[in-house]
Amino acid sequence: MTSLSRTTPGGSVSIEKVTATGKLGQRLMDLGLYPGLRVSVIRNSPLEDPMEIEINGYFLSLRHEEAAYVKVS
Amino acid sequence: MLKSAEMASQKRLIALAGQPNCGKSTVFNAITGASQHVANYPGVTVEKLSGSYSINGTRIEIVDLPGTYSLTSFSPEEKVSRDFILHDKPETIINVADAASIKRSLYLTFQLLEMETPVILDLNMMDVAVKNGMTIDCNGLEQALGTPVIPTAIKRGEGKQDLIKAIEDSLASGIHSNFKVDYGPMEPSIQAIAAEITAAAGSFSYPLRWLAIKLMEGDLEVEKRLSQTLPDSGRILALAEAERNRFRQNHDESPEKHIAYARYREADRLNRLFVHQKPRTGKSLTDRIDRFVCHKFLGPVILALIVYALYNLSIVQGYKITNYTWPLLARLRDFTEWIMPDPGFITEPMIRALALWFVDSVNALLNYVPIFFILFSLIAILEDSGYMPRMAFILDRLLARFGLHGQSTLPMVLGGVYVGGCAVPAIMSTKGIPDEKARFATMMIIPMLNCLAKIPLYILIINIYFADHKSLLMVFIATITLMLALPVAKILTLTVLKNKPSEPFIMELPTYHLPTISGVLKRALDRIWMFLKKIVTIVAAVAVVLFALLQFPGLTDERKTWYDTQAEIALATFHQKMVKTAFGGALTTPDAAMELILFADRYKGARMGSDKAAMEKINTRFKSENPAFYAITTGKGGPEAKTAKRTLKQLSQTRKKLLRGIKLEKIQNSFLGKFGRTLEPVTQWAGFNWRVNIALLSSFAAKESTVATLGVLYQQEAGTENQSLEKRMEQGEKGFTQLHALALLLMMALFPPCVATMITLKIQSGSVKMMLISFGYQSLLGFLVASSVFTISSLLGLTGLQAMFGFWFLALLLAITVGSINPKNNITTLKELS
Ligand SMILES: Nc1nc2c(ncn2[C@@H]2O[C@H](COP(=O)(O)OP(=O)(O)OP(=O)(O)O)[C@@H](O)[C@H]2O)c(=O)[nH]1
Ligand SMILES: [Mg+2]
Repeated sequence: MTSLSRTTPGGSVSIEKVTATGKLGQRLMDLGLYPGLRVSVIRNSPLEDPMEIEINGYFLSLRHEEAAYVKVS
Repeated sequence: MLKSAEMASQKRLIALAGQPNCGKSTVFNAITGASQHVANYPGVTVEKLSGSYSINGTRIEIVDLPGTYSLTSFSPEEKVSRDFILHDKPETIINVADAASIKRSLYLTFQLLEMETPVILDLNMMDVAVKNGMTIDCNGLEQALGTPVIPTAIKRGEGKQDLIKAIEDSLASGIHSNFKVDYGPMEPSIQAIAAEITAAAGSFSYPLRWLAIKLMEGDLEVEKRLSQTLPDSGRILALAEAERNRFRQNHDESPEKHIAYARYREADRLNRLFVHQKPRTGKSLTDRIDRFVCHKFLGPVILALIVYALYNLSIVQGYKITNYTWPLLARLRDFTEWIMPDPGFITEPMIRALALWFVDSVNALLNYVPIFFILFSLIAILEDSGYMPRMAFILDRLLARFGLHGQSTLPMVLGGVYVGGCAVPAIMSTKGIPDEKARFATMMIIPMLNCLAKIPLYILIINIYFADHKSLLMVFIATITLMLALPVAKILTLTVLKNKPSEPFIMELPTYHLPTISGVLKRALDRIWMFLKKIVTIVAAVAVVLFALLQFPGLTDERKTWYDTQAEIALATFHQKMVKTAFGGALTTPDAAMELILFADRYKGARMGSDKAAMEKINTRFKSENPAFYAITTGKGGPEAKTAKRTLKQLSQTRKKLLRGIKLEKIQNSFLGKFGRTLEPVTQWAGFNWRVNIALLSSFAAKESTVATLGVLYQQEAGTENQSLEKRMEQGEKGFTQLHALALLLMMALFPPCVATMITLKIQSGSVKMMLISFGYQSLLGFLVASSVFTISSLLGLTGLQAMFGFWFLALLLAITVGSINPKNNITTLKELS
């Protein structure tokens, strides 16, 4: 198991667990990141951070430090 | 019978709720015919807004709520939406959902259904869903949810009538769905808590099951509300706490996550049942565009190009258009002059002075309308297309270094990073920034950006003193304000805002839309209209107050007598000389001289800009009106006429000199003049004389006033043709150098917020302290920067451009230094909070 932040652009992974709690956890849940979901990492921002991912046909941008709380396989 | 009449006269309240950027405001506009701000950017509507429409004689009030992904109490707009539903109790909620991402939309729908209010599910953006290869079984979904499901593509007007009909039906029946998400192993806990609440309170104004679920989620807001309203809430809260702990232990999952995942599982189930998705072929257009727009090297280049194009098209090209529009405004002034009572030899009726003052103030601003029109259209295109969130994506890292947030981009653009925004809507839109620390920091630096109202002064000064380097100067202003604003933001987050909580940056990147011409034009015109309204209200009011402050107390009796004597002497000399010519007969009455002067002015005015054929006609007209005056004015008709013409010229020159003297003395004597002068010893360090001081003082009420005030301080001399303010200021301020101009530009750039902005700041931050800090630091910073640049550059003997470059590099250095101070790790603060 690794984390979403370490997935390189072009990779496609499946969410195992979201370890963030509190606001960050809530926000990740509300934007539709839940266990079992497939996530594709599309690209990094020109300044490397944040990253862009695709889930369920829509695109989200999040910072690496936040993506570190999403465990994937 | 009575009942239905009663119902008809009553206002019915309904609400629009939904996730960000799903088209709520578009639905709102379609139904009410209003023109709410719509943009392809999540978080545009941050305040609830209401409008109304009538159907069969019933007034229906409809409230556009801010977009929320969920209904927790984590962000202010979620709280606004939730509180509205709970406390204002709309009779029906129209849940606008993006059909193309229906799974996530249902997550919110379930929460709305749990609140036990009638819900209409509006599956909007059906056109996009269809294009993406989706087919949705709306009837099946309607059956499953037990609530009406209406497909729409509201941007094209499709489904609007069905939606209106559904609202009518729902209001008539008033029933809500009994649909429940099954929370599986958590159900016993939910039921136990609900039972406990019933035992304690009998019936309660909130839906029971909803309360129980919220308590299982550990929603602080609900816990607080409960302990305030129920005397023995202690038992309920203790039970909830125990159930939460038990659940966590038994299922190795936090209760709030279990709830969220159960909702997603349910959404997934419905999605599988009723939505068919054709397998996608290839990459979507949005993805292909983003490959360039968010590209490592191309992305920033495209961003820079877009910013540059915005400047160039609006400011540089737009200015060229004003050459054609200015004559129109000059005609407006002529018209005002014509309908007002005529001036005396050295006296001017108060009403005439006031009216001309008013027209001058307003004209100075109307002149910029073409520029604003181009600017607003371009910004509308950016907003509509979906480029704005990409900007946030590209810039987040940079902004985060200064304590801001990727989502600070929208407020900053609205506030005028690009040049030409308005701090008021910009500060309002900071509400969409989830991170409180970044939100306050953004709010505080917005007044430092280049709001629309500062631009007239920029353009004025640049056109006079930097005419050869217009684009360069505009880029300088935009970058310098940013390079100063960013370090300020960082410093604020490290000091005043140290204790405000931080928040994650997770944002949706919406699909690109092709902006429609009508949409863009409409938005541009709306904003121009807002600007014009502001001119005739605030600016006009300021103009009148300033008029009074500049007009009174007026000349002393002694000086007045002196001027009267001078005038008499001039007139007597004129008469003496004229009597000797053949025209003596035409000038016997005392008023005749003045009539002649006005005649000559009118003649000159009429000839301005006329071609040869028109000139001919004008000549005949004036000649037949008064042959003697015509001869004197033109000097045509022998040597006597020539002499008479010369005499007239002498007289009007003396008159002009006297008028100028009176005006100047009046202003110097006036309340404002005195205050401006009192400040001179301090402001001289920045190179500002009293005239500039007065103009800057007048800008507190509204920044537009600066140029309007200057327009009057460098008055149009009676009788001279309509000259642009650029020419007048250049002539009126001979001692001004590029350095003076640069200091003035910097002062304006960093100038304290106007009254309207300060009030907005107070409302949005909820703190008078923030408002005062914002005012204080900007006054100080603006003056310090302007005076140090002016004084130091003067001592070093730098030219304006040298000083500009020097200061620019210093500011860049400052920004880099402050930016590299390593920010405290955001995530640790996030964790501390949980
Ligand atoms: N293709 C398509 N686009 C739509 C439709 N309805 C709205 N839009 C576009 O979607 C974007 C978002 O619309 P808004 O009305 O601002 O959305 P909102 O829900 O009010 O957004 P927030 O206020 O940010 O929560 C705009 O660019 C609209 O023009 C639709 O039915 N089809
Ligand atoms: Mg909206």
